[in-house]
Amino acid sequence: MSFVLQNLPYAYDALEPYIDAKTMEIHHDKHHAAYTTNLNTALQGSTSEGKTIEEILSNISTLPVAVRNNGGGFFNHNLYWDVMAPGGAKLPEGDLLKAIDNAFGSYQNFKEAFTKAALTRFGSGWAWLVKQGDSLVISSTPNQDNPLMDMAEVKGTPILGVDVWEHAYYLKYQNRRPDYVDAFLNVVNWDEVARRFKG
Amino acid sequence: MSFTLPSLPYAIDALEPYISAKTLEFHHGKHHQAYVTNLNNLIVGTEFENADLETIIKKSEGGIFNNGAQVFNHTFYFEQFSATPAAEPTGALKETIEAAFGSLDAFKEAFNKAAATQFGSGWAWLIKDLSGKLSIVQTSNAGCPLRSGFTPLLTCDVWEHAYYLDKQNLRPAYIADFWKVVDWKVVEGRF
Repeated sequence: MSFVLQNLPYAYDALEPYIDAKTMEIHHDKHHAAYTTNLNTALQGSTSEGKTIEEILSNISTLPVAVRNNGGGFFNHNLYWDVMAPGGAKLPEGDLLKAIDNAFGSYQNFKEAFTKAALTRFGSGWAWLVKQGDSLVISSTPNQDNPLMDMAEVKGTPILGVDVWEHAYYLKYQNRRPDYVDAFLNVVNWDEVARRFKG
Repeated sequence: MSFTLPSLPYAIDALEPYISAKTLEFHHGKHHQAYVTNLNNLIVGTEFENADLETIIKKSEGGIFNNGAQVFNHTFYFEQFSATPAAEPTGALKETIEAAFGSLDAFKEAFNKAAATQFGSGWAWLIKDLSGKLSIVQTSNAGCPLRSGFTPLLTCDVWEHAYYLDKQNLRPAYIADFWKVVDWKVVEGRF
């Protein structure tokens, strides 16, 4: 079995003006496609072939660096497309909102802490909202690492992630990462984040 | 001591069409400037307040290292280009490259591979080590060969901001164009 690049769940221009169509097209059709192809190449003939991406990531410290980089890139981008949407709930609600309030005090505090994690990740990487049992924490990882990896500093189930590789925002925002992170928070699909929180 | 952003040693559009004026405007005017500003802010009240850049790169950690090394790396990167570059090394540098890598083409091939395979943000370098031997090294993020005691001779910035406006995901196309503007006279001076 090999991994397949999923289609975007919406049109390239669906997240305009927050994230532009050209960025979405290159990000999905070129970057995500390359991670998928390179992951399949790296797994060919290995004992990991046929395992789920989650199984592979949970064991990543024992696998070649090409699997770590491309397996992370494959999984992380799948999550990223899914946790954005043009419509959907604009704010967390219900049990997820309660968990956010418990962990961070308020949605506003969560936003500040998540933004800080995204802005202080030096170089390429991701910021995450991570589920640990019933509670939530924020973390960030370098390059294409993520909280499912066995060597991650903060382990758990990522339920929201923002890509802060420059390719995620450079065509529209250039050096202004804060503007991009702010725009991202406008297109978060909180229904999908809640679904992932329920597990 | 307070650091200042060095001016580009050529016009903003001098490297067109290989590196665009727009890329240089952001890369020098925004990114490089931000590293200088951040460094100046971060060193206030620390042991590095009056240190030179090399000391900062060799001894600091965290934000001071990241910004200090990026100030050096970018100055070093921008200084090695020219609109009328010497297209090949000559003399002792040429001989040393041929002795180390077999030929100029073989060196470029190895350097290109280092630049293309540096995963995430970082740099590829031609360095002279403590014994005078030439090698190619990769550094991630702000990594700088001065920290290891090496003498850097040439570098390629492979942070996406160095090429994304011009080449998007096509890093190899950027690396190919990079060679069109490298001034080997500058590299010889460093050697």
